[in-house]
Amino acid sequence: MTTEPPGTPPVIALAGVGRTHPGRPPVVALHPSDLTVHHGEYLAVTGPSGSGKSTLLHLLGLLDTPTTGRYELDGIDTGSLRDRDRSTLRGRRIGFVFQSFHLLPHRTAEENVVLAQLYNRTPPRTRRTAALEALRLVGLGHRTDALPGTMSGGERQRVAIARALVNRPSLLLCDEPTGNLDSASAEAVLDRFDALHAQGFTLVVITHDPAVAARAERRVAIRDGVLSEAEAEVRTAEGPAR
Amino acid sequence: MSRRSVLPEPSSRLGLRDLLSEALSGVLQRPGRSVLTMLGTVLGIGAFVAVLGLTATASGQIGEQFSLTRATTVDVTDRPRTDGVAPGANPPSNFPEDTDRRLAAIDGVRAGGVWWPVPGAPVITARPNGPNEGTGLSVLAATPGAVAAMEPTLAAGVTMDAFVQRTAQPVVLLSEAAAGRLGVSRLDAQPAVFLDNVPYTVIGIYSDVRRRPGALLGLVIPASTALERYGNPAPQPDRGAQGLVATRVGAASVVAAQIPLALRPDAPDAFTVVPPPDPHSLQDGVTSDLTGLFLALAGICLLVGAVGIANTTLVAVLERTEEIGLRRSLGARTGHIAAQFLTESTALGTLGGLIGTSLGVVTVVAVAAARDWTAVLQPAATLPAPLIGTVVGLLAGLYPALRAARTDPLKALRSA
Repeated sequence: MTTEPPGTPPVIALAGVGRTHPGRPPVVALHPSDLTVHHGEYLAVTGPSGSGKSTLLHLLGLLDTPTTGRYELDGIDTGSLRDRDRSTLRGRRIGFVFQSFHLLPHRTAEENVVLAQLYNRTPPRTRRTAALEALRLVGLGHRTDALPGTMSGGERQRVAIARALVNRPSLLLCDEPTGNLDSASAEAVLDRFDALHAQGFTLVVITHDPAVAARAERRVAIRDGVLSEAEAEVRTAEGPAR
Repeated sequence: MSRRSVLPEPSSRLGLRDLLSEALSGVLQRPGRSVLTMLGTVLGIGAFVAVLGLTATASGQIGEQFSLTRATTVDVTDRPRTDGVAPGANPPSNFPEDTDRRLAAIDGVRAGGVWWPVPGAPVITARPNGPNEGTGLSVLAATPGAVAAMEPTLAAGVTMDAFVQRTAQPVVLLSEAAAGRLGVSRLDAQPAVFLDNVPYTVIGIYSDVRRRPGALLGLVIPASTALERYGNPAPQPDRGAQGLVATRVGAASVVAAQIPLALRPDAPDAFTVVPPPDPHSLQDGVTSDLTGLFLALAGICLLVGAVGIANTTLVAVLERTEEIGLRRSLGARTGHIAAQFLTESTALGTLGGLIGTSLGVVTVVAVAAARDWTAVLQPAATLPAPLIGTVVGLLAGLYPALRAARTDPLKALRSA
C-alpha cells in the first residue's frame, strides 16, 4: 500500500519507545514499543481510556519525550532535538486534529486555518490562498468567513482538519476526532479522512471507538500501556462496542 | 545563538508583523476589558502629564508677570568709604554727579539714576508748623533718571526733569498715599508741602510705580536738593544711595557688567551690582510641595496601572491555556508565546500611555484656557510620556509572559 519511493524513511519509526512518569512508585504509561508507519498509511490506534493512547499521541506529536527508546520522524531522530527543533517539526511536519477542535472563537474559519502558517515561515501573501484551498478540500469553501460559534460540530472539526493539513504535513495526528460529534457529522469527518488517505496523506487516528478504527486500513491496539499490532484487528473486531 | 539546527527545514519563526498583529488582535478581542485594564495607566500618565504641564503653565504665568520687570531691572548698591570722614557725618556717595548721563550712555539702558532715603526723617507737614503727617511716609531723594527708571504712573502734574536736578529746586513728587494724607488733590493752584518747615512745590502726583514699590508710600525730592539740605546719604547699604537702572529686555546682564566701569572708571569696586535673577532659576524655584505630592499620586496610579495590566494579562494567560497549547502544537516556540503576551501587555501599556498623555494635554490646555493663561507643555516631559506606558506594560507583562511560556502544552490541550 505504501507509495513512497524506495529508500524513503518511514514517517514514524518507534524502536523500544516507552514513557514512565516519575514518582513513587513510577507509573509506566507506555511500555517499550515498536511501531513503523509508512508514508500514505492510515493507521488507527485503539484502546480504552487510560490505556496509554494519549501518551502515545503526545510522544508521536513531539509534545512529550520518551524515557526510553528511539523515535524517528521522517528519518529524523527526535531524541536529540531541542525544544526549538521539536517546535519546528510540529509546525512543519505534523498536523494535529483534536477531539475538542481548539479553534480560536474570535477568528473566522479562514483565520483559524491561517494561524497554522504563522510560525513556519509561510510568506504572508500565500497564507490566504493556502487556507482557502484547505477549506475547500474539507468541503467548507462556502464557510470561510464563519465564526466557530456559528458552525456545527462537524463543520468545526473540518475547519480543524483544514488547519491540520494546510501545511501539507508528513503526518496527520488525530485524537478522538469524532469524540464530540453526532454520528452523521462523524461519518462526514471519516469520509474526509478516507479522501485524504486517498490523496496520499499519512493518518494516525487515536480512538476508543471501534467504528472509527474500522475505517482505517491498519489497526494497532493499546492496553495497559502495551502496544500490540498482531492481534489488534481481532481484538477490535471482537471487542464490545461501548 | 546556540548551535545550528540539525533539521533540513528552517526553524520556527514569528515575524515582527505577525507578532504585532497577533498581539493587537489579542487586545481587540476584549475591547471592554482592555479599556478597563488601561485605566490605571491612563490615569497615572494623564496625571503625570497634567501635573507637569500645569506646573510649567503656572510658573510660566508667574514668570511672565514678574520677570518682565525683574528681568529689566539692575540694582547698584554703593559701598562708600568710611575712612577719613568726620565722626557723625556721612561719607560722600561713590555715585558721580552725572550718574544719570553716564548710565544713559550705556547701550541697552532706558533710564537710570541714584536714589536714597533722605537721612534724618524730616517732619512732613501740610502747612508751616502743622502736625506731622509723615508717619509711615518716607522721603526719598532721587535723580530724574532714577524717577524715570521707577516708571511712575502720573495721576497729575509732571515728573522730575534735568532742570530741577541741575538747579536743586525745592519741588516734590507725591505718591497718591502721601497726597491724600497731606490734602493735596489738585495741582493747578501749585500747592506746597513742608519738609522741616521748608516749602516744596508739588509738581506731580503718581499713582503707581513699576520699580521700587516702596515709593508708593513716599515723597520724592530731587537728589541735588536733598544733598544741599540733608547732606550725604547714610553709609549703610540698606539706607544708603542706590542705583536703579531700567534696561531693555534681555540687556540686563550685559548692562550690569558695564555699570561699575561706566560710573567710576577709577574705582569700579565701589559698587555692588545685582543683575536680575536668571529666568530659569526663577521657574525652577516655583516647583512647590504640592507638585511633588501630585507626582507621587501619579506614580501610585502608574503602579496600580501596572498591577492592573499584570493581573489582566495573567488572567488572560490562564484563560487562554488552550490557545497556548494550540499554538505550541502549530509550531510556536516558548519564546514566541512569551513574546506574544509580552507584546500584548506592552501594547496595552503604550495605548494607555497615549490616551493618558492626550487627556493630560487636554487638561492642561482646558485649565489654561479657563484661566486665560498660556498653556506651557515641556516637550521633554510630554513627548516621552507614552513611553512610560510602554515600560509599565512591558514590566507588567514579564511575569504573565513567563507563565505563558512555561505552560505545558500537554495540559493546555487536555483542558477543553
